[in-house]
Amino acid sequence: MDVAEMKVDGNAIGGLLREIFTIEMTAAETTCAECGAVNAVGRVDVYMQAPGVVVRCPECKQVLMLIVRGRGRYWVDLRGVRRLEFAAAD
Amino acid sequence: MAGTALLGRLTWQLGEVTGLVQETPRVGTLRLQMPEWPGHLAGQHVDVRLTADDGYQAQRSYSIASAPDDSRLAITVERLEDGEVSPYLVGELKVGDKLELRGPIGGYFVWKAGELRSLLLIAGGSGIVPLMAMIRHRALVGDKAPARLLYSSRAVEDIIYREELDRLAAAGDGFTVAHTLTRQQPAGWQGYARRIDRDMVRDVAWPKDQAPLVFVCGPTSFVETASGLLVDSGYDPSWIKTERFGATGG
Repeated sequence: MDVAEMKVDGNAIGGLLREIFTIEMTAAETTCAECGAVNAVGRVDVYMQAPGVVVRCPECKQVLMLIVRGRGRYWVDLRGVRRLEFAAAD
Repeated sequence: MAGTALLGRLTWQLGEVTGLVQETPRVGTLRLQMPEWPGHLAGQHVDVRLTADDGYQAQRSYSIASAPDDSRLAITVERLEDGEVSPYLVGELKVGDKLELRGPIGGYFVWKAGELRSLLLIAGGSGIVPLMAMIRHRALVGDKAPARLLYSSRAVEDIIYREELDRLAAAGDGFTVAHTLTRQQPAGWQGYARRIDRDMVRDVAWPKDQAPLVFVCGPTSFVETASGLLVDSGYDPSWIKTERFGATGG
């Protein structure tokens, strides 16, 4: 399988993100720290074959997030996310 | 938004399989009875988790096929021969078996009746599943938004929900279906017989001055091709919501 076909999108990590943030996050808008592109989390590129999850900007391909879960802990690296905007839980 | 479907901790639940439908040679629908189901939105999915005797776990996401208005939850799964989860769900699982799942999940790739905008749905293969939840939702609530489906399958026997789609399109309530078969067509086939391309999109898509709402779901390359063709034809990218499930779902 080539790399392009290993790519899914942010919809696939809706469950994982809800574990971490405890609210629905695929409709959240994320701003890429590298190129400034704003995309719904559901739209961004996601690779799940690594030991963790790699989330990339669909425009400039820069890494937005790295998420690893193991041994009862999460490691959440938001290096490429300048901003997350989402609806407040009522 | 339906708050119950979006808020709160997501917990694993043990559902019971109450029905199985073989949709195509490789695709099956599972009806599930959940102890606590908060309701869902059309387009959402669930995570399914299998645990082996030695504790090894495998988890995959599957789209919900049933309408929010239908109390019987259903997911539709494509069996992938080298998958870890789908060959169990389609082939081994029986009525009465229990299945661990959590959901509903997702708030981006969702559609609710009451949107006045015309709807354009584009599906590749089992990408039809979340779109079917939208089509069923639209039909069950009598929504009047005009809706068109462009559905790409390999061969006629691979068309999931074929009879139901024919029936819904024949109802004359503003829903139409265009099929394309990319590998093999039966004699006398009236639909398209090629991969999605610019001319097909021009035939099927609503004029851009209608600013339609678009949902595209399928393998990654299919979704990227389809959404690229729409943007090239003048659609604003913000009208287009996509769900790409890679080459495999497992």
